[in-house]
Amino acid sequence: MSTFDYTVLDNAIEQFGNKESSLISILQSAQEHYRYLPKEVFPYLAEKLGISEAKIYGVATFYENFSLEQKGKYVIKVCDGTACHVRHSVPILEALRKELGLSEEKKTTDDLMFTVETVACLGACSSAPAITLNNEIYPTMTPESAVALIKSLKENA
Amino acid sequence: MLKSREELQLLRAEATKRMLAETKRIIVCAGAGCVSKGALKIYDKFADIMKQKGIDFSLELQKEPHSDSVRLKESGCHGFCEIGPLVRIEPQGWLYVKVKVEDCEEIIEKTIVNGECVDRLAYTQDGKVYREQKEIPFYKKQTRMILDNCDKIDATSIEEYLATGGYTALEKALFDMSSEDVINEISESGLRGRGGGGFPAGRKWSQVARQNNFPKYVVCNGDEGDPGAFMDRSVMEDDPHRMIEGMIIAGIATGANDGYIYVRAEYPKAVARLSLAIKQATELGLLGDNILGTDFSFKMHINRGAGAFVCGEGSALTASIEGKRGMPRTKPPRTVEHGLFDKPTVLNNVETYANVALIINKGSAWFKGIGTENSTGTKTFALTGNIQNAGLIEVPMGTTLREVIFDIGGGVRDGGEFKAVQIGGPSGGCLTEEHFDLPLDFDSLSKVGAIIGSGGLVVMDQKTCMVEVARFFMDFTQKESCGKCVPCREGTKRMLEILNRIVDGKGEDGDIELLKELGEAISKTALCGLGKTAAGPVLSTIKYFEDEYRAHIYDKKCPAGACQKLKTIVIDPELCKGCSKCARNCPVGAIKGEIKKPFQIDQKVCIKCGACVSTCPFKAIKEI
Repeated sequence: MSTFDYTVLDNAIEQFGNKESSLISILQSAQEHYRYLPKEVFPYLAEKLGISEAKIYGVATFYENFSLEQKGKYVIKVCDGTACHVRHSVPILEALRKELGLSEEKKTTDDLMFTVETVACLGACSSAPAITLNNEIYPTMTPESAVALIKSLKENA
Repeated sequence: MLKSREELQLLRAEATKRMLAETKRIIVCAGAGCVSKGALKIYDKFADIMKQKGIDFSLELQKEPHSDSVRLKESGCHGFCEIGPLVRIEPQGWLYVKVKVEDCEEIIEKTIVNGECVDRLAYTQDGKVYREQKEIPFYKKQTRMILDNCDKIDATSIEEYLATGGYTALEKALFDMSSEDVINEISESGLRGRGGGGFPAGRKWSQVARQNNFPKYVVCNGDEGDPGAFMDRSVMEDDPHRMIEGMIIAGIATGANDGYIYVRAEYPKAVARLSLAIKQATELGLLGDNILGTDFSFKMHINRGAGAFVCGEGSALTASIEGKRGMPRTKPPRTVEHGLFDKPTVLNNVETYANVALIINKGSAWFKGIGTENSTGTKTFALTGNIQNAGLIEVPMGTTLREVIFDIGGGVRDGGEFKAVQIGGPSGGCLTEEHFDLPLDFDSLSKVGAIIGSGGLVVMDQKTCMVEVARFFMDFTQKESCGKCVPCREGTKRMLEILNRIVDGKGEDGDIELLKELGEAISKTALCGLGKTAAGPVLSTIKYFEDEYRAHIYDKKCPAGACQKLKTIVIDPELCKGCSKCARNCPVGAIKGEIKKPFQIDQKVCIKCGACVSTCPFKAIKEI
């Protein structure tokens, strides 16, 4: 893949330093830019940082925030922390999955528009049940209001 | 760049003078709860209206404030998240609740221009109107020390922190005290780690100080991962300098010159606020080389977590800062000896460091006067779940559960009945009515099989199924298990399978005993704190709610009516018109009948999916 643009990685290495302890920060920069970790990232960083590809893959798959698959334009996280859970967050998750034809295994729609995930706690417990849409918090949701949100996003797309 | 103590004192005196000169203030709460309910739009609206009306106002601490000018301020979390967005008016101390953009005009007109209170926006409880924030029962029973600045200052301004006496403790530790003095003061105060374990902070510091292995590190655990807890988030976002000051003092005490803050990835605002605070402190010379002209240097770094709960564990956290997978290791050696980069490391959490400046400023004797004998000071709690007044609170250690839930929390929401309160998150346990008079402190809680943890209190009403709650926590812990040790990796998986079976109505005789046996074995043999405490929620719900487990297993009933698979779905023959829509939608063909006559569900075939319930046009199908 000679067309892959490595500037993002080079900049991150520059910013955080060419050392093993910068690995997570560099991967975070890559993830923010591409919305996932493209496979080209691994051999490139292995060579630059002098750690094995296997080790980088180990780190990338250990942490929940890294994704090896492309995510949708709209990433919806349904909070399933304790406070949201006891205020019935699961029906919201189920309604969203049903609306978009997604499941626990299939998190992103084929047109790469929507990704639906869960998060353990957003720290917005007083607004339970809460969801986030691309990091913006939507408070006191219901299955109906969540589906309405999806519909309005689809219409404006 | 400040070169001496005197220069800092001058700057602080000037900032204080300017802050005191501000008389009229509109303080809009910009905590996560209020922001999600539209607080920032309210802030903008106030600015627009004042601009239109030609009212003299400022968005930041002015160089020369005058008595006519109004200060419009975006502050941190006020704590009473339930009734946000919150707006406080000073100097009167009036609190307006559930403020909407449409209310702004009236607030400016009546309150700011004419000095009248808009009573319809004031907090009302049992028919009584509370104008002043400090009179509201939710606030009256609290002792806000750690959270004191959160609803007062603009967290993006180091001058405002200085004006509240910020960095005086650093000054004292640098110029008036030796490192032993600092450690003695912290030890004397009885401060115990607020992250869950409750280990005496002073002892930890002295263990690091005594080692001759350099460099040493000061690390702050800001990986607040317990679901249902958001206290540390508030400190990091709303008063970042307080925590940074505590960490620098830890550096002075132990001989460390580098500090690392490990912040949870889900808190992007905390990362931004801390980064800004570090930049400001560095520019003023409160961080960096030769702080205030002394030979002490301290630098601060931020690491963002990447979504692994286990990184709240000390050795996993340091591994993660080193760029590795966050997996705990066997101890000893402990973090104080071989911590970050294998060097001696002080590792405390956000709230612990936030206490340090207070203790250095006011002394250990003062601190010991708050709380109980073995648990000194205050504790912040996130009060959530089925509670009337959800929010962030701070009370002296030893405050009873009754005071927290009823006096401050206002009891169960929507008139529900209290069932239990979950404390300490996935590592904790539940408390019931019999614990209402239990003092919330480290030792009293550990005696009843619960822990203070980081401070999440999730209240549950009678509609909450305790077996399902236990399953929920086990599901969480199982997903977060790093997989290194067998008891945690395999044991939590087996426990989860059993719990899943029970809530699905497939529980068997002997399941309760098996859960207990597995739980006890995991607690005894797992490698780290996550595994050792993983069974806590299950064992504690079995202890207090065994009846509910038995009902699920033997009677195939969920007493709380929460478990879908244990519901019976029936068609009301009075309401059914026999349209056959349900039968056509049933995925397993469990519904039969003749057109225009009431249909029936074959309970042996029904999988309780609920598809028929939502499709019935006559609402004739019910879950019981």
